[in-house]
Order: sequence, then C-alpha cells, then structure tokens
Amino acid sequence: MKNIPLSALIGLMFTGAYFFVAIAAPLIAPYGMAEVVGDVWEPASAEHLLGTDNIGRDLLTRMIYGGRTTIFIAAAATLLSFLTGTSLGLLAAVMGGWADQALSRTVDLIMSIPTLILALVILAIVPVTVPILILVMGLLDATRPYRLSRSVAVDINVMDYVEAAKLRGEGRVWIIFREILPNALSPLVAEFGLRFIFMVLFISTLSFLGLGVQPPLADWGGIVKENKDGIVYGIGAALYPAVAIATLAISVNLVADWVLNRTTSLKGGRG
Amino acid sequence: MNEQITHMAGQVTAGKMTRREFMGKAAALGVSAAMASTMFADAARAAGPKKGGDLKLGLQGGESTNSLDPATYASSVPYMNGRHFGDTLVEVAADGTIESRLAESVEGSADAKVWTFKLRQGVEFHNGKTMTSEDVLKTMERHSNEDSQSGALGIMKGIESMKADGDNFQVTLTEANADLPYLLSDYHLVIQPDGGMENPGAGIGTGPYQVEVDEPGVRHVFTKFANYWNDDGHFDSVENVVINDATARTAALQSGQVQLANRIEPKVADLLGRAPNITVQSTPGRGHYVFIMHCDTAPFDNNELRTALKYAVNRADLVDKVLRGYGSLGNDMPINAAYPLFDETIEQREFSIEKAAEHYKKSGHDGSPIILRVADGAFPGAVDAAALFQQTAAQAGIPLEIKREPNDGYWSEVWNVQPFCASYWGGRPVQDQMYATAYLSTADWNDTRFKVQAFDDLLFAARAELDADKRKGIYSQMGHMVRDEGGLICPMFNNFVDASNNTLDGWETDPNGELMNGQVSRKMWFV
Amino acid sequence: MHPIIKLVFQRLALGILLLFGASALIFGLTEALPGDAAQAVLGQSATPESLANLREEMGLNRPALTRYFEWLGGIVQGDLGQSLTNKLDISESIGKRLGNTLFLACVAAIVSVPLAIFLGLLAVRFRNRWPDKLISAITLTTVSIPEFLIGYVLVYFISVKLGWFSSLAMINDTMTLGQKLYAIALPAFVLTLVVLAQMMRMTRAAILNLMQSAYIETAELKGLSTFQVIARHAFPNAISPIVNVVMLNLAYLVVGVVVVEVVFVYPGMGQYLVDAVTKRDVPVVLACGVVFAAVYIGLNMVADIVSILANPRLRHPK
Repeated sequence: MKNIPLSALIGLMFTGAYFFVAIAAPLIAPYGMAEVVGDVWEPASAEHLLGTDNIGRDLLTRMIYGGRTTIFIAAAATLLSFLTGTSLGLLAAVMGGWADQALSRTVDLIMSIPTLILALVILAIVPVTVPILILVMGLLDATRPYRLSRSVAVDINVMDYVEAAKLRGEGRVWIIFREILPNALSPLVAEFGLRFIFMVLFISTLSFLGLGVQPPLADWGGIVKENKDGIVYGIGAALYPAVAIATLAISVNLVADWVLNRTTSLKGGRG
Repeated sequence: MNEQITHMAGQVTAGKMTRREFMGKAAALGVSAAMASTMFADAARAAGPKKGGDLKLGLQGGESTNSLDPATYASSVPYMNGRHFGDTLVEVAADGTIESRLAESVEGSADAKVWTFKLRQGVEFHNGKTMTSEDVLKTMERHSNEDSQSGALGIMKGIESMKADGDNFQVTLTEANADLPYLLSDYHLVIQPDGGMENPGAGIGTGPYQVEVDEPGVRHVFTKFANYWNDDGHFDSVENVVINDATARTAALQSGQVQLANRIEPKVADLLGRAPNITVQSTPGRGHYVFIMHCDTAPFDNNELRTALKYAVNRADLVDKVLRGYGSLGNDMPINAAYPLFDETIEQREFSIEKAAEHYKKSGHDGSPIILRVADGAFPGAVDAAALFQQTAAQAGIPLEIKREPNDGYWSEVWNVQPFCASYWGGRPVQDQMYATAYLSTADWNDTRFKVQAFDDLLFAARAELDADKRKGIYSQMGHMVRDEGGLICPMFNNFVDASNNTLDGWETDPNGELMNGQVSRKMWFV
Repeated sequence: MHPIIKLVFQRLALGILLLFGASALIFGLTEALPGDAAQAVLGQSATPESLANLREEMGLNRPALTRYFEWLGGIVQGDLGQSLTNKLDISESIGKRLGNTLFLACVAAIVSVPLAIFLGLLAVRFRNRWPDKLISAITLTTVSIPEFLIGYVLVYFISVKLGWFSSLAMINDTMTLGQKLYAIALPAFVLTLVVLAQMMRMTRAAILNLMQSAYIETAELKGLSTFQVIARHAFPNAISPIVNVVMLNLAYLVVGVVVVEVVFVYPGMGQYLVDAVTKRDVPVVLACGVVFAAVYIGLNMVADIVSILANPRLRHPK
C-alpha cells in the first residue's frame, strides 16, 4: 500500500471525507434537516456558511443530509447492479449457447426500453420507498455491467490460456474467478466508478421528476432542483450540490484509476 | 429643444418615427436615456393601439397530447389557443360585469329561469361561413348532451332545454339561476361552425386569429383573420411557444425570444422584474392553494382535529415563503375579495400554536401520524408548503407526515380520492358557481366531502334571491359555515404572475384569469 | 452462406422478436399504471358522465388484449394508428419528432465519438502525465454535473448574458441546415459533454489493458513509435469494448435526452413519450417505445457484428 500516488491520495481523502460526513450527518449538521431558520436564499454568513435554500432552511445542513441520502442510495444501487450484472455477464460468457442467448436477449429487451421511462413507470406502480428505489435502480442498471462484463469475458474466453485451462479440465467457477475475472477487472473497475456517478445522477433525475426520496428528506439532485430557478439570476444555491456531486465523482474515479493501475501492474507490465 | 422634442413625439404618435430613431435624436439633444425612454412610451401610448407585429408567448401548460377541440381544454396552452381563434357568447369583464362578445345582449326572465341571447349579425367563421343561432345551439349541445366529454359538462347541468330562434338563442333552466350568463362565459364554450359536431379539432372559430400551424406540445401559430368582426386583435400573427420549464421560460423572455410569459415562479419574480426590459404583471385572482380533508373520513370526521390543523398553518409565512408575497392570506373558505358580494367582515383566522394544541387535545386523536399527500404538480411550491406546514404542526404536537406522490396521475389517484392532500382551485367568476362546484352535497367535485343540508338550502335560496344585499348576507353565512366546519384548509390565494417585454403596451389588470383572462392577443399591441 | 451473413440474418430475426417482446412489455406496464387516458385528459375537471363518454369514444371499455392485438394488426400493415388524446395521426407526429431527435443525436455523435476516441488515445499516449490527468479531470467533471445544470448555466451565460446563441432550440421545416445547426448548438454541446467521458474512459482503459500484452512489446521492440503501436496494434484489439460503449452512448443520445429537451425546449421524441405516458395515451407510448427499441436493438446488432468482425478468433469459431 506504499507508493500511493498523490492523485489517489486526494481521491481517497475526499471520498473518505464524504462518506464520513454521510455517516456522521446528525452529529455534524449545524441545524435540523427540515428546520426553517432564515429568510429565502440568504447569502452566506457566519450563521449559515452556505446561506439558506429556497424556503429558508440552512443549506449546509441540507447538503450534509442530502449527501447521506445520495451516497447511501447510489452506493447500494451500484453494488447491487454490479453484483448482479457482472456475475450474470461472466456466467453467460463462459456458458455460451442457449443460456447466453436467453440472458442476453432478456437484457436486450430490458435495455431496449429507455431506463428512465421504465423507472418512471415502475415507480408509478409501486410505492416509492428507499429500498424500492435501490432495487429498481440497481436492477435496471445491472444491464450495463452485464453487457460490458460479457463482452470483455467473451474476448478473454477464447484466449489461449483460458482454452488451456479448459483442456486441463478446470471447472466453470475456477475459470471465471481465476482466469477471466482478473483479466477483465480493469475495464470493470473503470466502469464501476462511472456507474456510481451515473447512479448519483439517476437518483437526481428521479428527484427532478418528482419520484425521488420523500420530503423533507433531501438528496443532492433534489437540492439542485429546489434551487435551480435561482441560477439564471446568479444565486448559487443550486451550484453547491452540483459541485459536491462533481467532486465526489472525481475523487471516486481517482481511486478507481489507481486501482486500475495497480491491477494492470500486477500482471508484471511495465508500469 | 422642447419644440423639437414635441415635434418628435408627434412623429412617434403618427407612427413616423421608430424607437431607435427617437432615442438617437433625443440623445443628440442631451436628453438622458431614461427620460427619453419615458417620453417615447408616453408618445407611443397617446397614439393608441398600433397594428402589426408578430407576438410570441412563452407558455407553461402544453403537452404533445393537446387538441384544438375546445371541449378538451384543461391547461394553459390549449386555453390560450381557444382565446386566439375563438369567441364565447359573453365574457366576464375585469370589473366582474358581463360583457358581450358573440351575443349582443342577454336578457333573463323575471324568475331567472329563461335566458335569451341576442346574437351579433354578420360574424364570419374562418371557413367563410356566417355564424347563425344554429351554430350556437349545436355548440352548446355538443358540450352538454349525453355523449359530451367536455370539461364544461359540469356547468351545463341545470339546463332543461335550449333552442335557436332566428337571431336569438334561448336557454331554459330547471331551476332559477341569476348567474347563468357567467356560466356560459366558460372558455370551453367556443362557438364553432355546426357546433364542431363534424370535426371538433379543426380549430375553426370567429376569433381575431386563424390557425396556421398546429404542433401540439411544441408551438401553435395563428395569423390575423381578415374578416374578423371586431376591431381589436392588433397583431399580424401570434405564436404560442410551449415552454414548460420555468427557468427556460424566463430565460427566453429575458433574451427577447418571446415577449410574454405566464406562470412566473414567485421566488424569481422579483429578480426577473429587475431586468431592464421586463415588467412583471402580478394580478390578484380567485385561485387558491389548499390542503383538503374529507369531512366524512376518520380522523378528519372530527371537527376539533380539522380546526386544530387549520390553526396550525402559519398563513403569513406561507404567503411569504411559497408565494414570495405574490398572493394574499386565505381564510379557510374558497372566497376572497375578488368575488362580487364578498363579506369583508369575516374574521381572519390567525396562526396559533396554543389554539391548535388545544383543539388537538380536545379531538382526542390517538397521536398516530396524520398523512398529508402532496405532489409538486398540486400547486407550485406544494411540497415546500407541506414541509412548512409539517414544521408548525409539529410545534403544536400534531404529528403530520408528508407523503410525496408522483405528479403523474395525481388528479385521478390522489385528489378527490385520498382523505388529506394538497390541491389547487382556479376559482370561478361568482360565489354561487364556486360553492355549487365543490361544496354542494351532491357535487362531483366535493373534494372535502362537505355535506351539510342547511348549506345546500342556503345556496339555492341565494340563487333565487335577486336582492343583492340579502344575497350578500346569505353568502356571508355560507362562508362562515365552510370556514368553521368545512374540510378546507386554505392558507393562501395566489396571484397570477405573468411577465411582459416592454415592447408591448396595453396591459390591463383582469382577475378572471392569467394573461389578462387570456386576452393579451386581442388587447395588447407593440409600441 | 457466409457465416457473417447468416449471423446478420439471425440477429435481424431476433431483433424483430425482441421488438414484439418490448411492445408487449410496454403495453403491460402502461396497463398496470393507475388511471387511464380518459381520466388523464379530463384531469381535475372530470365528471363521471364525461369520463364514461370519453372512455366509450376512446374504446377503453374493450378488453386490454383486444386493444393490443388490434394495435399489432395495424402495425403489421405499417399503420401506427391515431393518438387517443388529440386524434392526430401518430406516424406523422412521430416522423417529425424522430427526425428532430436523430438530427440532434447525429450532430452530437459526429462531434463526440471521434473526439472521445482521440482523447482516449491521447490519454494512453501520455499516460499518467499531465495531458492524461487533465483530460480525465475535465471529462469526469462534465459527466458528473447533472445535465440540466450544465444546460441552465450555459443558457444563463451564453443566451441571456451574451446573446450569442438561442436558449430555445426550436427548429422547423422552413429553416436551412445552417439555421438549424445554429439553433441546436447549445443542446448538442451539452450532450457532447455528457457522453464524452464514458467513451473516452473506456477507450483508455481497454487500450491500457492491452498494452501489457506480449505482442505490443514486440511491436515496440520493432521500433514503432508509441502512437503507431497504439493506433495499429492496440486499438484494433480494443475495438470490441469501445464499440460497445460507443453504441450504448449513441442509443442514449436518441432515447435518453428528455431532460435536455425540456431545458432547451427541443421538440424531440423524449418529451413526446413522457407526455404520452402522463396522459396514458397507449398507442403513442407503444409507437415511441417500439421506435426506441428498434434504434437500440439496431445499434446493438451493429456493435455485436463489429466485435465479431474485429476479433479473428470470434470470426472463425473453432
């Protein structure tokens, strides 16, 4: 773990800080989450470090609680999406034949309908709660890791070393975990960072369309939405959550990049 | 110098000098720009309405599913389309009186049961046909017969029979109603050739502009109709541009791509008004933002609980935070000073945590969460309003829980179905119609399930009462009943907030609807 | 028959099957939605009578299966039917909207795809040096900001403050190509920013993954320049994942741009579909859904075929 490059250190620091704030939100936040403490869109001051929001709640407090919601939902949904998608994708690539066809066509079918529309319709049918949000987002998004892992694995599956392993009589699980997964890891890790961001944006878009978390709970996308009307008049309240989303995205991806580099150099490459 | 300026102003009034020329010459004479601008505006106004120009409106409330069929109008863009190309028999003027349009005059029988509309002669439809009383009859039939899908069906209920008689159109009612002309001023009741029986969505009417381009959800373009019967309608063409996003709408207005916009969000109205070329037009209206409880469903069947919730709303704070002052306090009844015969003396209910707590205690409620359903689409800022309501209710110890519902399907699945939710009422031209629509025991839209026989009796008594003072007394009594026993929590009445570019002139305040009751294209002009 | 052609035909047949599957799924979901077109159209002004009348006229009283198969019967003959809500011919309305959507998507794609691949290659060439880091940071930032926010900020600075471009991307038939391009400049720019990152990062990752291979080392030992090695030896072998991601993003440009359409008031398919879902206008939802599905399935087929063509081992299965 020595020789961590500076960029990765920064990434780790920020990611860690965001996750820490998310977990410790109630201890850190200066005011209550839904508490109205001032006038509408007050500028930053000593009492309100980031000013107040569109109905006079402390923006910093909203940001802290919003980060908690956003990070938790996005992380859970990304994990669910990756676990389901990658395992099915690798399985499909290794098994081939009808199993691959059946899985791939089902995924095609789900993907052929725009995710946002599907989510919209499904969330209009079932009640919107946090677990259901995670489930819907995670499963709908699992199609992407599935396709990626399958396409990478299909390529690897015909490599000589995999064929050699098959000839040696290794089982499917062994081949998946010992031969394919390590070699497919780099694009998958790179994708993981991005998917996490897309999840953050996805939950934001759902909030934008009024299907996100329940008020007075906030998420960053929801805060952007609540305050977006101020943008065209130079009121920056909507920019803070956007900056938060962007910095979180960059730091998570800096970490992902570092992991990517480590995995590539593991194979004895030239660094 | 004065002489020169006066001469120039004369040129402007005669339409011989443009604004640019005027400003240039005025500057040369050493007049400050602000001063010159005012002088130009005065001179231009003296000239009266000027013809010509292409008006563009940036409007919220249009969908790709819209039709030009007046029976289907339910949002702003179709409503404005109808105003551009069509006419109704009569109209409610800004001062609340009845103004003639396609009917030259209206006469009611002494018992207010038979109403005769004398029709204007020589009015031409856009397809070249001349309007007859048959067309009027067919139109009214299409909106009221048993196959009707019209949004106006509800108000056509009390009609016993209708007939076309030469130049006259006559309506006979089952029961007396002194307000019938108000009912027939409804914007759905656009007179169409043959009543639009054949092709209701053809967009043929008698209005100042005829349909040129119809792209639902995108834009609707209208051009001036050469044989229009009246002398208003000053533009060469009018275009409704559908801009549902509030930020995009104000941006389009600021960058001059549209000259008028509706539904300016209160929270940005002040900021928008600071732009040099924009005027924000705020018009007190009859629309109200409300929370409604079903009086017949537990726990809201308990008047103590209803009263507790009414006291737990901080009205002033809501008007301040949600409407940013572009509105007025509500008093838990659907009527305000914008209505004729309003009783100003009814006491305003004030926010009181003590009284709320006291009534809540008396109600004996078990303390389980009271669920308030809300969606952004219920009214602008509904979710914020609910969040503020929850805060103040919590102070009084009332456990309010907010459940946000999707906008999609809100009016069919939540409103008028769930016992406690946020809602919006656009108001009606007269008190009778408002109460009959939503507070009569048998009304379809009785969304508070307010079923009080004494109230119904008063409503019918008021209808037949032709003495204004006595009528006012009855309405005051009814207002008290709704305020003290009803299921309506009405914290605020919203203003119509529109905005116009300063190249337009002729704005008049009209409480009957947004954008001067939809008549901007007829009554405004380019300076 | 050549195995590739056979594969194309197999894929086409499968694609058509998938389309039917998608239409059935969409129909099922819209039927499961609470409320129907009549209620949605009348909204708050519905009365029981007008509701019943409208349902009768829209034919909503007939069983769902009957309606689905009627629609299917129509579409087999190339007839998309009539909108329930405004009685307009769907083929005509959708034709215009689809044209607009494809126009915007094409412009964004023509800019973003070559740019993304070029930046990806550049990042590999200067791996871990400042150009790589700069490219990564910028693309990551653009992809991490909600697209509506990028849109609003651009509108504020470029349309309202500077007046360079129009904030309304309204286009119609009377405009010349130049005028149209000018009108859609801002939304096309936003879309480019949004799709750039994923394609660029995948290009970079896929090629880096190959750079450790023995044959790359051989190529380097042959004395080829780094860029030649990347372009000639690494890139062709990395095509499969890159094409996959490119196709996903192209599909996104067609089917996923509702938010950009809202911000720039662009008359595309997304808004049309959302309106139709809101109003439960089932024939329009089905028509849009099938068009989207066709676009997606088509692009995927291309991706699969290119992947197979690019990999000799897959091209000649043992």
